[in-house]
Amino acid sequence: MAGKRALGAWTALVYLFLYAPIVVVIVYAFNGGRQVLNWGGFSTKWFGAALDDPTITEPFTNSLLVAAGNAVIACVLGTALALALPRMRPWLRLPLDALVYMTLVTPEIVFGISALIFFVQAGNWLGLGSILGLKTILIAHVVFNASVVALIVRARFVGMGQTLEEASYDLGAGRVATFRQVTLPALAPAVLAGGLLAFTFSFDDFITSFFVSGAGSTTLPLRIFSSLRFGVSPIINAAAVMILAVTLAAVVLAYLVLRRSEQGRRRATPVPGL
Amino acid sequence: MSAETDVELRGVTKRFEDVVAVDGLDLTIRRGEFLSLLGPSGCGKTTTLRLIAGFEQPDEGELLIGGRDVAGLPPYKRDVNTVFQSYALFPHMTVLDNVAYGLKQRGLRGAKREQKAREALELVRLPQLAVRKPRQLSGGQQQRVALARALVMEPRVLLLDEPLGALDLKVRKELQIELKRIQSQVGITFVYVTHDQEEALAMSDRVVVMNVGRIEQLGSPREVYDAPATRFVADFIGDTNFIERDGATFAVRPERISISRNGAAGLGGEVVTAMVVGPAMQCLVRTDDGQEVLVRQQRQGLDEDDAPREGERVVLTWAEDAALPLTTYPTGGTG
Ligand SMILES: Nc1ncnc2c1ncn2[C@@H]1O[C@H](COP(=O)(O)OP(=O)(O)OP(=O)(O)O)[C@@H](O)[C@H]1O
Ligand SMILES: [Mg+2]
Repeated sequence: MAGKRALGAWTALVYLFLYAPIVVVIVYAFNGGRQVLNWGGFSTKWFGAALDDPTITEPFTNSLLVAAGNAVIACVLGTALALALPRMRPWLRLPLDALVYMTLVTPEIVFGISALIFFVQAGNWLGLGSILGLKTILIAHVVFNASVVALIVRARFVGMGQTLEEASYDLGAGRVATFRQVTLPALAPAVLAGGLLAFTFSFDDFITSFFVSGAGSTTLPLRIFSSLRFGVSPIINAAAVMILAVTLAAVVLAYLVLRRSEQGRRRATPVPGL
Repeated sequence: MSAETDVELRGVTKRFEDVVAVDGLDLTIRRGEFLSLLGPSGCGKTTTLRLIAGFEQPDEGELLIGGRDVAGLPPYKRDVNTVFQSYALFPHMTVLDNVAYGLKQRGLRGAKREQKAREALELVRLPQLAVRKPRQLSGGQQQRVALARALVMEPRVLLLDEPLGALDLKVRKELQIELKRIQSQVGITFVYVTHDQEEALAMSDRVVVMNVGRIEQLGSPREVYDAPATRFVADFIGDTNFIERDGATFAVRPERISISRNGAAGLGGEVVTAMVVGPAMQCLVRTDDGQEVLVRQQRQGLDEDDAPREGERVVLTWAEDAALPLTTYPTGGTG
């Protein structure tokens, strides 16, 4: 009994250690006082102040734009990859497969540096000078997130089996008609969930964005980081809480979408004797 | 080719890497018949069906549907439809949309399409479930929907790959009768894959017994059961005793053997086990020359108190036409 209680206390301690900083940020984002660490009553005024400050709202808009664009492009590329991979011959599939996993396990800092070098070189070769900016951030994010989407969609595609598509061919639908009416709708939840995850990964990304951003292309995480050099202001707390809220919302949505379709699928499998 | 032929396979061979799944198959399927493909697991039943449907292309030989060579023709251009063992209903569509799917691909629209789909649902007795999603149906209901979805296309031939395989015994029996009724109602040719021989014998006009990619025998259920063409068929269909006598081997069905306590002109032996199996009484007899013979008697009209008991000496006899000499068969041959 005592052991159980001790275990419970230990668990609580671990959670406290993990989440206390986040809780502190959230709580102090609602601090009415001017001083960051002196509690001056509950207020939402720093959110208003943050949304009035163009040095916050502009990066915030940038982040939203990049994350949304990244999600859409990653969905298209990732889904195409997921559908193509299982149909390929092994000599082509295996290296491509390895590439997908490579992008996921490469340390982000290595990826960031490589992307920076790549973009600088590419800019020179093309004679454009520096091409660093929101576009390069977007491209770098897509490379990573297309792999994320591909993995999620592919698991679903393989689980679906080929019988559904065969049934569609059998009933007179050609390849395009089958893709539009059967394959894509059946994969839609996985594509949507992959897109939402891609959105969150991009929205709160710091390391990759840090390397490939240029002048005038600040995202919200970059903006927060740079302001920390002048100490934490309550405005930054509010901005951080906004990042947290957007990210959490997307993750929860992705989870719900995947869980719902998962349940549907489980119930759809034939149960002998039902 | 005569007008009564729906599908013809001429020397069709299909290989998967080093496996020969279908080996030089010659088969003529008649208009309107209920033909079963029966055989052990891996004998090539599904592959044969998939060749006809167009999901696989033969490596050798010709395949004709309605007199037309269909080489290279994709499934969506063939006048056949398939009912899959796993139902393969589209999960995101209602029952009605599933059934109407094929009509939609044909360009049929609006009220006409819906009416035909509803008629098909009535044929399988599920009109009340039109607005449900497939996951809200039982296995038996899902299979009926799959059947309606294929039948609504009014194909020349309907291919069914173990359609009842995933259902429990009671639902299976129900659907067997239902399938038979529907087939005689619509008059479409059914090619039915199963490894349940009782099912095949009960439902079919003709049965194809397959083994390792070849046809062992093609005939009516009665022919296949009463006059197996090869040792494989005799062994595979029903229970068979292979009894050696006077240097020859005979195939004798357990129910054709009479068992008695005395009698001179029979095969003498001792009862090893005697048990009741549903409507039958089953005895395993070890003969004096060391063979084991299975005997089955109907319990109806049998005085069970007087039935043979374990350890008793008995004599086995059978009518002359019950013993099929197997010397004429090439063992494991092609019939
Ligand atoms: N796509 C495939 N790739 C490789 N081998 C295959 C493939 N499909 C079938 N085979 C092989 O071909 C042979 C015949 O298979 P098939 O599925 O036709 O058998 P079946 O009679 O339907 O068996 P079951 O009763 O188990 O369904 C088997 O040896 C099987 O392993
Ligand atoms: Mg099979």
